[in-house]
Amino acid sequence: MSRAEILRSADEAVAGIEDGSTVLVGGFGLAGMPFDLIDALIRQGAKDLTIVSNNAGNGDVGLAALLAAGRVRKVLCSFPRQVDSWVFDDLYRAGKVELEVVPQGNLAERMRAAGAGIGAFYCPTAVGTPLAEGKEEREIDGRKYLLEYPIKGDYALISAHRADTMGNLVYRKTARNFGPVMATAATTTIVQVDQVVEAGQLDPEAVATPSIYVDRIVQVEARHYTVQGAR
Amino acid sequence: MTTTPTTGYATAEGSPASGPADAVPPMTADHRLSMDELAAVIARDIPAGAFVNLGIGQPTKIADHLPADSGVVLHTENGMLNMGPKAEGDAVDPDLTNAGKVPVTELPGAAYFHHADSFAMMRGGHLDVCVLGAYQVAFDGDLANWHTGEPDAIPAVGGAMDLAIGAKDVYVMMTLFTRSGEPKLVPRCSYPLTGVGCVSRVYTDCGVFDVGPDGVRIRQTYGVSADELAERLGITLP
Repeated sequence: MSRAEILRSADEAVAGIEDGSTVLVGGFGLAGMPFDLIDALIRQGAKDLTIVSNNAGNGDVGLAALLAAGRVRKVLCSFPRQVDSWVFDDLYRAGKVELEVVPQGNLAERMRAAGAGIGAFYCPTAVGTPLAEGKEEREIDGRKYLLEYPIKGDYALISAHRADTMGNLVYRKTARNFGPVMATAATTTIVQVDQVVEAGQLDPEAVATPSIYVDRIVQVEARHYTVQGAR
Repeated sequence: MTTTPTTGYATAEGSPASGPADAVPPMTADHRLSMDELAAVIARDIPAGAFVNLGIGQPTKIADHLPADSGVVLHTENGMLNMGPKAEGDAVDPDLTNAGKVPVTELPGAAYFHHADSFAMMRGGHLDVCVLGAYQVAFDGDLANWHTGEPDAIPAVGGAMDLAIGAKDVYVMMTLFTRSGEPKLVPRCSYPLTGVGCVSRVYTDCGVFDVGPDGVRIRQTYGVSADELAERLGITLP
């Protein structure tokens, strides 16, 4: 794909996502969660999805709403169980959704590898733990590592603060989290932003996701999530 | 003296009550430490200027005891260095949280970065100290802090395994005994492991221990004699 498309609605932005797709969904808890894109995906109707995200939904919004709508076959995440993950918890206990737990850093690095053309890598995380089962172990310079494979998405749905009309992105604070990595790791990267500005309006030194990774952009109203208390 | 450490942070029978949260405890206390006192002890052991990750839960209390001029830089694995205290009121920003998803603030000199960079700086050995909670620590430094092993528990690891093998020094902060009186510092972990041989020091309400390839060593005791602790934990004193 060449230059990013600027679309008028979140519904246009998620058009064409096929049943059975692997979808990388940004956000850490609620920070950086692309709510408008997920809501549009629910309306769009794609099902049998594999979702890759740090968590498995909070409260009844965002990913939790997608799960509740019965569209998700499998979740790859680091931390599904939270105080407000009742939607996922119920589906999981009822055997209605598969779970693959991936350590948080491995989740990020496996997507980074996918976006960077790395075929696999050796990583020390999880050596000697139950999550090492089935993985090749190798000793390099006296330290043990596990062979980890990339996680590639058909689509990435992420949230950023601003985009320019080229498709360059800047983020806000810790809402950046998985956005820049997921943008590199998907065939089609779809971004919701608070504001689209003209090319030249973003400081090129501050761009966190260069336009080459971005396919579709939609500007949305101010995000409507509330902040959790202490968990 | 009978030690019946069934309530976690309670002071031992007959010993003076623990002081206020901001009191600086003596290096050798005659009572079991509260978690706030323990946080102060750990804060004092963190070198000035260190890059530090404080795990979710009790370890976050350590930040309250770092001297203002310590120069310690706090890392939060969701993508920030030089994290400030918890945000209150108008300072709450949904885009700025810590790894526990609690709203926090930024200090001058803060930096933001994405998750792959955040875990690369951890895994790459750039963090000086990480302090984690634990279900169990073994004498050789094995850590169990992510899963109780109960068959119906939904597994959730988060960044625990990355943190365990990342920092140059991994400290654990925990009560030494469970509510039912079982030691949490053990010859071998019975819970599923988070990391192998990764912990170097264990701070507890009853004492401080070095652990690792050479086994366990008692550094400090609080409200209990080294002999008694050694007996309860099955440690052979030199």
